[in-house]
Amino acid sequence: MVPRVDQLREPRHLVAPRAKAMWATEYGVAGVVVLAVVVVLVWTGTITGAWRFAACAVGGLLVVAGACVVPFWRYAVHRWEITDTAVYTQRGWLVRERRIAPVSRVQTVDTERGPLAQLFGLTTVTITTASAKGELRIEGLTRNDAEQVVRDLTTTTAANPGDAT
Amino acid sequence: MTSAGPDVRRIADIPEDGVWRRLSPRMLLIHPVREVVRFLPALLAVVFAGNTGGQHWWGLIVTAVAVGAGVARWLTTRYRFTDRQVQLRAGLIRRTTVSAPADRVRSVDVTASILHRALGLAEVKIGTAAGEKEMRLNGLTTREAAALRTDLLHRSQGTSAPVALDKNAPEVSGGELRSEHDRRAERPGPGDEELYRLDPSWVRYAPFGPSGLVAALAIFGLASQVVQDTGLDPTRSGALRDVSDAVLRAGTVIAVVVGVLVLLVVVVLLSLLAYALAFFGFRLTRSRGGETLQVTRGLLTTRAVSLETRRLRGVEVKEPIPLRWVGGARLRAVTTGLKGDDRGMSAMLAPPSPVAVVESTAGSVLGSPGSLRTPLRQHGVAARRRRWARAFGSSALVAAALLALAWWMSSWWLAVLAVLALVLAWPLAASRAAALGHQVTGRFVVGRSGALRRSTFVLERGGVVAVTTRQSLFQRRAGVCSVDLATAAGTGSYRIIDVSADRADELVDEVSGGLSRQFTAQHAH
Repeated sequence: MVPRVDQLREPRHLVAPRAKAMWATEYGVAGVVVLAVVVVLVWTGTITGAWRFAACAVGGLLVVAGACVVPFWRYAVHRWEITDTAVYTQRGWLVRERRIAPVSRVQTVDTERGPLAQLFGLTTVTITTASAKGELRIEGLTRNDAEQVVRDLTTTTAANPGDAT
Repeated sequence: MTSAGPDVRRIADIPEDGVWRRLSPRMLLIHPVREVVRFLPALLAVVFAGNTGGQHWWGLIVTAVAVGAGVARWLTTRYRFTDRQVQLRAGLIRRTTVSAPADRVRSVDVTASILHRALGLAEVKIGTAAGEKEMRLNGLTTREAAALRTDLLHRSQGTSAPVALDKNAPEVSGGELRSEHDRRAERPGPGDEELYRLDPSWVRYAPFGPSGLVAALAIFGLASQVVQDTGLDPTRSGALRDVSDAVLRAGTVIAVVVGVLVLLVVVVLLSLLAYALAFFGFRLTRSRGGETLQVTRGLLTTRAVSLETRRLRGVEVKEPIPLRWVGGARLRAVTTGLKGDDRGMSAMLAPPSPVAVVESTAGSVLGSPGSLRTPLRQHGVAARRRRWARAFGSSALVAAALLALAWWMSSWWLAVLAVLALVLAWPLAASRAAALGHQVTGRFVVGRSGALRRSTFVLERGGVVAVTTRQSLFQRRAGVCSVDLATAAGTGSYRIIDVSADRADELVDEVSGGLSRQFTAQHAH
């Protein structure tokens, strides 16, 4: 059966390449913390026998996955695109989520920079709609891109009143 | 005043003078009575059972404090109406002021418990935009409450005419006169269109809803509390002991059967009672101009809920098991301006009733008859196969765990349970697969899913603020995709489960009104 409409493609823009480094730091550090806990538990004799190797293997795997696999995976999936009429994002890694919202339905555009994001000069843009479950988040934008997004959206939304509440 | 016209506002006494007022002083009677009733077991224990244990005195002290707090709350709570908004100021130590701009009011809920009704009072809850706190004015006179409701809802339509302030109107003094007048003010006016009226025989659906079990648990809880607090020992009661001895002599199987039967009868009786209490006289009407939907219901505690039709984004038909087995369903509004636990009851447009009635009510609420009869599009083989795989997968896990436990404890009945889990997966999967369906019509998106809690939503396309396609790794392998419709109303998101990936893109195209076409592969850059 031939579909009536063409398939959706991915959103056009990747986030900043630096985001990989940020995510690697974030998840890598989390993995290292887990590994450290495991090592301490083995050291103090809380975990013994064959479980020691299993626990260490899991901890090591978390570090490798967090620092080397997840960031690249996320970077490949995490995309965004904003046109005059719509916002389109793609996120997630086990569950891929593509979300489209008309610009006319956008309520607020927030930017957020956590401590780690500031270190890497990156920004998260959250675009909210009238629905509590309909917000669009773009993580890991460069500061310039983020400012551009906010500027574009605020000018377009100002021209489009009404948000379907 | 006895010749109250259809326009309630004309006779309404809503002084928009910006003067801070207290709630009705009659509320001072309600608070203490409430608190005394709540601690009645403790009071009874002290007064009659002569039980002067420390904890009962604590009960008395708590009662006194609660009564004091009620009085303090009344003293510190003030409200006022201006031409733009309703303001409520409350709090002894931490003073808060809540304002509800009149043009942003989305729902008004008038509740009167039996105590309120005896004193001619009502509680008014005013819901505004999502994310803002709901305002409660507990203790207006019935007349003020009805007038306020009409006024606020008219005002938010933008069709507001100033409320006629008839200063010369005589003060109503006779209780008789007042209650007659009040009833008239509460009752929907002439020209209101009736969309649903409860038939008393539909109480037969009560035992198949969840309310019976909940009521039974509540009553059991209360009873055990009373028994504990009054120091009565049921095992010392001769009659009860004779009965239990007789049952036990008859053997364990009989005892279990009798116990289950007694429980069943109690649950059925309680559910009938709960249904009657909550839904007696349930009536759904649409105002003359079509601006509001009004629900009035209740036997002892009466409630009148008004919803702006402008805020209505659709409806949901709920057919949970076992209600579906007897051909019953419930109807809920998908609307903005209701939130929290209160949304559960306020959004109800029809209590458990015959499914045909619910469907036709839904049609007239939406102004599009037969919208729930829309033939739904099937989701295909992959979606059905996933229902079977998931049902059997999860019950296989349960069965495996049960079998392991059965082997470990060497008990045969756990093994029987494991087999049962596997057997039950069959109808569950079949029911889930049969439920799946969706359709996009000119005005609505319709979606259905679920076996134990089957739910069909009809959502206005214009109310969808974002469309999401979700695809897990498993879904990708099966070539299917779920589509989430985000809306400001109801639960915020409505899901169409497991449509083919191509159909998902088509759905996004239809729901977004072609906006997504610029993101398709073939679109010229």
